[in-house]
Amino acid sequence: MIPAFNGLEFGIVLGMFVAVAVLGFVASRWRRGTSLASVEEWGLGGRRFGTVVSWFLIGGDLYTAYTFVAVPALLFGIGAAGFFAVPYTIAVFPLVMFAAARMWSVCHEHGYATAADFVRGRHGSSILALLVAITGIVATMPYIALQLTGIRAVIETMGIGGDWPLWIAFVVLAAYTFTSGLRAPAMVAFVKDILIYVMVLVAVIYIPYKLGGYNVIFHGAQSALAAKGYSTLLSGSQYLGYTTLALGSALALFLYPHAVTGVLASRSRNVVKKNMSLLPAYSLMLGFIALLGYMALAAHVKPVGGTAAKPDTTTIVPVLFNDEFPHWFAGIAFGAIVIGALVPAAIMAIAAANTFARDIYKPYIRPAASDREEGLVSQIVSVILKLGAVAVIVSLKLTFALEFQLIGGVIVIQILPSVVLGLYTRWYHRWALVAGWIAGMGLSVYMLYVTPSATTAHFGNASFALSTWGLHTKMTIWTGIVGVVANLVVATALTPLLARLPRGNDETKPGDFGEAEAPPIPFGPGPVVGQT
Amino acid sequence: MDQQPAPGRRNRLVLLLLLLPLVATLVPEFYNFDKPSIGGMPFFYWWQLLWIAGVAVCVGIVYLATRSTR
Repeated sequence: MIPAFNGLEFGIVLGMFVAVAVLGFVASRWRRGTSLASVEEWGLGGRRFGTVVSWFLIGGDLYTAYTFVAVPALLFGIGAAGFFAVPYTIAVFPLVMFAAARMWSVCHEHGYATAADFVRGRHGSSILALLVAITGIVATMPYIALQLTGIRAVIETMGIGGDWPLWIAFVVLAAYTFTSGLRAPAMVAFVKDILIYVMVLVAVIYIPYKLGGYNVIFHGAQSALAAKGYSTLLSGSQYLGYTTLALGSALALFLYPHAVTGVLASRSRNVVKKNMSLLPAYSLMLGFIALLGYMALAAHVKPVGGTAAKPDTTTIVPVLFNDEFPHWFAGIAFGAIVIGALVPAAIMAIAAANTFARDIYKPYIRPAASDREEGLVSQIVSVILKLGAVAVIVSLKLTFALEFQLIGGVIVIQILPSVVLGLYTRWYHRWALVAGWIAGMGLSVYMLYVTPSATTAHFGNASFALSTWGLHTKMTIWTGIVGVVANLVVATALTPLLARLPRGNDETKPGDFGEAEAPPIPFGPGPVVGQT
Repeated sequence: MDQQPAPGRRNRLVLLLLLLPLVATLVPEFYNFDKPSIGGMPFFYWWQLLWIAGVAVCVGIVYLATRSTR
């Protein structure tokens, strides 16, 4: 069923898109340094963002269009297990708070712009840095493509056929990101998030009011899910999968290049730490957006697009808005989703492009490259990445967009030993970390390969059925956790064995990590805190 | 005055606050129930949503206790 084209909705979305594009071009003049032509200025906004800008930037970056589209689609499709997004975005903050602060300090001290920069400086291994860089770029590419599914879901719901709006949206996005760099998404993030907070606030009050309250919604969702064999509560065999998915996704989140970029663009270590207690505001929004999936079930929403056998469930939120809201407000909500896809897509492309320029182009292709040339390479690569993402999404039909991102998480978590352990210890040998990466990545890719989905034989899901290994259980486990444990075991076991091989040169000093600000050792003399 | 713990010790203990949200939300055995529900929302949902405020408070306290004074 193709919904009727609505001129008012389309006009509002178009108007919002044009306004944001203008803002994106204007952003190049915002708090500008001497020149934009370097990774430092173009790709990190000059590392000058304070608490408020960082909050919008990191929030707008981590809580992406998949939030608005794929998480409710997951609850719509499989019930309670889809709610893992909430414990995931709770657990991430206590887990990464201190590591992110240490990362900020050491990168600020040495001018590192990416996780791979840090790994090269800390472990003295350009091979390990290359692996970290490639891992980050590969994991980010599907994530950029994923943002497009949000835009596409809105376009399909508005009754517009064809992929041309995707091309136009990303060409314009690529153009203003090229000129303004990280300042563009930082500025657009303000508009995006204010719109989205308004949209969510209205949706979680107005839609339950129209449907008859949360009681009706949860009962309606339960009966609709029960018909498909799911429930609004977890079954016992889902516990392990729920916990490992939430924990693993939380551990993986800040390893993505775009998350590192958001942290490093902050003005100070305190800004990073303070934001770890302010960013959960976005998690609350995510929690309520997730429940839109149940509202769609209770309202008997029929997804548009896809095939009759496998409808495109990512359209349920736009369809719900279209059915329940007046057209003018549905138009604003659609505009918010479209802009909500553009901000993270821009930051991801910038972060992956920075990684390419700093950690692949400069060390391996043109060691003599100047800062200016490095910046230009980064600008060009960011354009290629965005257009590549459109090409991928246009040629592949995606239903469960979220699974795409989960595979990215499985991949990116394999750099955790090199990056996060590297922030705390130099005990690990560089070649042991390389071997750990190979083992963890190999095992993860194998596990993904043997996991079928309803429609495909391979790479079906990031939740691995333990019965595959002959265990008599229906339990699943998040593949990335198994992979990273194998990675850690190999790296730990090989470190003593490789002691005879030369260790890499460590250019960092203990004080570079902000030790004086970390909790001092109890009972010991320790650094004096609080005296000036 | 002598009874006051050194700032270092107090900072160490405050880090335990970071464990609370993890235990509360990563162990479904604690909250995978229908009742008590609030306004029609099962315990499973409002308990996890409530811990979003919980994690903000816990991390906020740890930030205040460990922020750099420079």
